[in-house]
Amino acid sequence: MHAIETEHLTKDYAVGFWRPRPYRALDSLSLQVERNEVFGFLGPNGAGKTTTLKLLTELIYPTSGRIAVLGKPPGHPDVRRRVGFLPEAPYFYDYLTAEELLAYFAGLFGLRGEERRKRVSALLDRVGIAGERRLPLRKYSKGMLQRVGLAQALVNEPELVFLDEPMSGLDPLGRRDVRALILELRDRGCTVFFSSHILSDAEVLCSRVAIVVGGQLVTAGRLSEILAFEVSGWELVMADLAPGAVESVGSAVRRVTPISEGRYTLEVAPDAEPERLVAELRSKGGRFVSLNPVRTTLEDYFVQQVTARKASPPPGRVMPEG
Amino acid sequence: MGRVIGLVAYHVFKESVRDKVLYNLVLFAVLMISASYLIGQLTAGQDVKIIKDLGLAASEVFGLFIAVFIGVGLVWKEVDRRSVYNLLVKPLRRHEFIVGKFAGLALTLFVNISVMAAALYAVLALMNRLEPGLAKAAVEAPVLDPQLLKAFALLYVQMLVVTSVALFFSTFSGPMLSAAFTFGLYIVGHFNADLANFEAVVKSRAAGWLGKALYYVLPNLAPFDVKAAVVHGQPVSAAYVTLTTGYGLLYAGVMVTLAVIVFSRRDFK
Repeated sequence: MHAIETEHLTKDYAVGFWRPRPYRALDSLSLQVERNEVFGFLGPNGAGKTTTLKLLTELIYPTSGRIAVLGKPPGHPDVRRRVGFLPEAPYFYDYLTAEELLAYFAGLFGLRGEERRKRVSALLDRVGIAGERRLPLRKYSKGMLQRVGLAQALVNEPELVFLDEPMSGLDPLGRRDVRALILELRDRGCTVFFSSHILSDAEVLCSRVAIVVGGQLVTAGRLSEILAFEVSGWELVMADLAPGAVESVGSAVRRVTPISEGRYTLEVAPDAEPERLVAELRSKGGRFVSLNPVRTTLEDYFVQQVTARKASPPPGRVMPEG
Repeated sequence: MGRVIGLVAYHVFKESVRDKVLYNLVLFAVLMISASYLIGQLTAGQDVKIIKDLGLAASEVFGLFIAVFIGVGLVWKEVDRRSVYNLLVKPLRRHEFIVGKFAGLALTLFVNISVMAAALYAVLALMNRLEPGLAKAAVEAPVLDPQLLKAFALLYVQMLVVTSVALFFSTFSGPMLSAAFTFGLYIVGHFNADLANFEAVVKSRAAGWLGKALYYVLPNLAPFDVKAAVVHGQPVSAAYVTLTTGYGLLYAGVMVTLAVIVFSRRDFK
């Protein structure tokens, strides 16, 4: 059984007041997410990521298509007990403290007394806001609210967590903490489904990803399947290069870019032999600094896909009447 | 189910009693009730009646403000700020959320109206102590008349009706529109009895039927107003209070059910 399964999931919104017309926010999304995987749901702004998450949590109802979360409809009470959800830019009650809010939400899962107190305390410690636990939430910064949001999503120790832009509003330390938390959840058997447009995070965390553009699925699969991981060149950094040294090694070097302190970045063709090139430049007085292979990143792939899709958009996102 | 509704209600109450707006409203109501003592001094021999009349009127006005302003924001604020997303993905069904919200505000109103009732009794007790001669002159009804409690009880039920109307509108419209609709229905509700006899004053049968239909659909709030009877010492029977309370609870129940139906089908865009 998949953790999440959708078949031809479609959502239309009515736009316009006097003459409402359907706007297709999500178009026939078919997707499977395995258990115990970190799945990245990627796309530019307005791609349909949040719409999909709202459909998976039954905050909105589909126009057509089928959804199964942990093998059941998303609104099933059993599913509700086993999933967690962090909405994008979460907001809570101004006059409650983080501790009170988590105790309230833990109560909805039937936790009481000492068990509830311990769970709340551990979560506040885990997301790094234990010191502010008795501060009213209206005094929290955006990053702190994001941490409270994460804590409330985990209050029931869920089997499946939906995270909508979990890195949003966090500083570099916060992002590092969230990355560690996601990996920790995966290690204890939890399935994590997160939407993001921060691709470096997806590349580090995800076993599989899906890319949506304009409400349509562009691709889904393992990163190793999506990205060929072939070396498309080499990035060589050398220092103390004598004038004319680069020219003397022939056409292997595509471009030379001076960086700081007498160092140069050399873009080397993939078929060149970098070891031979380094030896040659060293013999001319150059000093070797570093050599790295250049591979297609998720970002390269993403930009390529989004640009291609925007250049030829699918017809009829705003559909004619009738 | 009851435990979950209780949790939502408790947190609505907790959030409400920490809101400065509510404190200001209650404080102002208590000040108004206290000021009725001074206004009562300006009238010859009518002090007790004036204090009771003004005290009950002030309680109604501020009870109405609390019911409308907190009522219209109850659901709308949660949807607008998206805090509802965190709740509805948990084991809390949409009807439990709405009923819990209503119960929380009902509890808040109960506490506030109790505070206003206590303030009125305190002013009357003070007067009884400071000017026993004047108090004795109030022959129609005793100063610390327990009948006042009936007026407060019916005021409370009336505010439950108003809250249910505000809650219903807040499930699908913004606060300004909801407040305008609710205030409108409150005013119409006090003149609703006229609609029952509308067919006697119009020639058109259709207009007569429409008046009759509106009479049954719109809330009939005039029966909840027993201020004049209580102030003048006229009896308000327990049967009347029970029947009116029954009507109020039934109307509020229907409005909450309608709110549940609208809210359950809603997409949270």
